Amino acid sequence: MTIPASWYLIVAAMLFGIGAFGLLTRRNALIMFMCVELMLNAVNLTFVTFAHSLKDIGGQAAVFFILVVAAAEVTVGLGIVVAVFRRRSSTTVDELSELKG
Amino acid sequence: MIAATYAIPDVIVFVIASLLMLVGAVFVITMKNPVHSALSLIMTFFGVAIAFIELDAHFLAAVEVIVYAGAIVVLFLFVIMFLGVDRDDVDANTPEPLVAQRPLAALGVVITVVGIITMLAHSHWVTGATAAATNGVPTEGGNNNINALGSAVFTTYLYAFEITAALLIIAVVGAVVLARKERALDLVAEDA
Repeated sequence: MTIPASWYLIVAAMLFGIGAFGLLTRRNALIMFMCVELMLNAVNLTFVTFAHSLKDIGGQAAVFFILVVAAAEVTVGLGIVVAVFRRRSSTTVDELSELKG
Repeated sequence: MIAATYAIPDVIVFVIASLLMLVGAVFVITMKNPVHSALSLIMTFFGVAIAFIELDAHFLAAVEVIVYAGAIVVLFLFVIMFLGVDRDDVDANTPEPLVAQRPLAALGVVITVVGIITMLAHSHWVTGATAAATNGVPTEGGNNNINALGSAVFTTYLYAFEITAALLIIAVVGAVVLARKERALDLVAEDA
């Protein structure tokens, strides 16, 4: 008998939780981007698990599109980090408080 | 107990993949040096790729290694080296902007994860219709995985696929604009 889908779903939930905790606590913008990637991968794992258990390729197609969006997001996000670093010489998100109300 | 119910090789693969994923993820958020975090991220991506193979998503497993562990992590490492921000332990040296930020974050995350797992345990979570019932494209393992995924992406999801092309163009143009020096903008303004 193969591994039940719930095992993979629990691992994906834990992976998402670790990524969310890192995003909430770390203040280096680069580490925060890595935590976003962790959360995206947890969702990818959930999609593929459901594609496997429901025998529908739609889940894998969704992961394909998430990959493209993640690549675009990282490109623009790191571009913003580099642009901010040129002015601030720092990647700490706490120092970016000009828009604070 | 577990070995009696499930095939032992499947259990071994699952345990290895899960350990790679979770240990790598914990290292990503605990390492002081961003370079070490990026390398731990590769470990997590390999674990996800192993899980994808086990779940008959062979094409996505290859793409996971090539795009994530290859391109995206190299981009991260390139930016870390370019900015020279390795070994800044700002998280340890500066006070927390919010009182009890970390315990609150941990509490929220634990509530979320325990809630998800409780929902899994107390409900039949696979409530969607299978591909056979909805005339969808069924999954295929092995070499047919690429065929099945390709025909789904280029027929059912064609419009979404075309939109991703536009998204990538926008991302490339946006990255070029962000990376350009402001002096170049002034020169363009003088020429005009």
